[in-house]
Amino acid sequence: MRRLTPYLLALPSWMWLSIFLVVPLAAMASVSLQTGNAIDGFAMTFSFSNYADALSTYSPQLFRSLGYGALATVAMLLIGYPVAYWIAFKGGRRKSVYLFLLLLPFFVSFVLRTISWGFLLSDDGILLGTLKSWGLLPAGFHVLATTFAVVAGLTYNWLPFMILPIYVSLERVDPRTVEAAQDLYASRAAAFRRVVLPLSLPGVFAGVLMTFVPATADPVNAQVLGGTGNTMIGNIIQTEYLTNLDYPTASALSFTLMAMLLVGIFVYAKALGTENVLEAAAR
Amino acid sequence: MRSRGGRLGDRLLHVYTWLVILWLSSPIAVMIMFGFNDTPSKSNTSWHGFTLKWYQQLFEISDLTTALRNSIYIALISTVITVVIGTMLGLALGRHRFRGQGATNFLVFAAISTPELVMGASLLSLFVSANLPRDAITITIAHVLFSLSFVTVTVRARVVTLDPSMEEAARDLGATTWGTFRQVTLPAILPGVLAGAMLAFALSIDDYVVTSFVNGSTLTFPLWIVGSVKTGIPPQVNVMGTLIFGLGVLIAIGNAVAARRRT
Repeated sequence: MRRLTPYLLALPSWMWLSIFLVVPLAAMASVSLQTGNAIDGFAMTFSFSNYADALSTYSPQLFRSLGYGALATVAMLLIGYPVAYWIAFKGGRRKSVYLFLLLLPFFVSFVLRTISWGFLLSDDGILLGTLKSWGLLPAGFHVLATTFAVVAGLTYNWLPFMILPIYVSLERVDPRTVEAAQDLYASRAAAFRRVVLPLSLPGVFAGVLMTFVPATADPVNAQVLGGTGNTMIGNIIQTEYLTNLDYPTASALSFTLMAMLLVGIFVYAKALGTENVLEAAAR
Repeated sequence: MRSRGGRLGDRLLHVYTWLVILWLSSPIAVMIMFGFNDTPSKSNTSWHGFTLKWYQQLFEISDLTTALRNSIYIALISTVITVVIGTMLGLALGRHRFRGQGATNFLVFAAISTPELVMGASLLSLFVSANLPRDAITITIAHVLFSLSFVTVTVRARVVTLDPSMEEAARDLGATTWGTFRQVTLPAILPGVLAGAMLAFALSIDDYVVTSFVNGSTLTFPLWIVGSVKTGIPPQVNVMGTLIFGLGVLIAIGNAVAARRRT
């Protein structure tokens, strides 16, 4: 009986994860090779051309998404790193208060936060409308429906997920190592570049993983803050699945997206040089 | 010289940190403020003076109320299921050595790292292939799926810090397996279980992407909101958002205070 305990404990989760994660992914792989339509049904024809067709039609949106995701991730890194640095080294006794304030947005629904940005940035809303009535902006000026609005929205929504892991890795850095570097005549900049930055790379890695994947695949920001020229792959997959009922195309696109993200992560891990980084991120 | 430059830099970073916090909070401020906006039309984007009427008419829009109620029910039920099976898996992974442990860990990691969009799309593929109608049940299934790994990881992290000799002592004193679990193991891992439960509830009530694939014609709070973006978000949504925000902050602060008192 004791020997069976772990298997019995794991059984319900195994079943849930196999039936609702593994089997569906397999089902999606199968659907992506089928042909047919929603009314007559779909049949397996091993048509790999589904992938070629989907890609030739939607590669602009696919690459736009990867571009937006990458831009937002870089922006989050540049904006978030100094914040994490300051809280970790200078936050003192109020560290947890600052972290709490950074997490405050998560008490508001993700969708509602994005829509609030839509409010704030709307053409005649409280921000632009006021500036326009003061004559500080031309009447035709708008922010919504631009690339900037979408990338800024993505940056906004996942920024805390970038700051937290970087903070955690910086918090573990012993300030005495920095003092030691300075005692050995390293300038502040050199001490940062040669001591602090390398020690914080696992946090940066984890932060990039936690933000790039969801930001790239997100349909909400493009829908709420973007215009017709900012459609991302997430919107396309949603429309193909839910409106056009073109399951094979949608499945092929989903798989392509996942494959590209996985390859991206793998290349990125290699470029940083490392299984240790992966290990550190897993910890 | 160096230290003065350093101090100036620190002060600038201090101000900068507050600016980022301000930026992160600004949409919340807007959301709360426009819940008090005396707007005459359905569109709620410009300020028309202060009113409390949306708080009085909070449940006037019946399909919005239904959507909010659906969200709460689904979050409660999926949290209970996730916490039970996720805690079991966390115990198995944290306390026992067994065949297939590596594969199980991989499965848990895969569930966390699959993009939400792909998870939702693949679930829809399954439900369509199996001819299963989409409703509150399929939404609950999906929510358990994406919360499960987070609960498992949280509980496992707590389990590995436990001293196994406590359980052995209880068993030596004649406690049954169930009695040991209820009186020794469970109290010790409870903080992890509760943290997992809060995480699961928050993930569920907030989810839009996965739900949008598996909802059929059932609407949740986030889905209702996105659905009414084009026609204008009524102020009641702001009020509901404000109330949920207030409740969440209260619970978090209460939790922190309780944790401080315990130590």
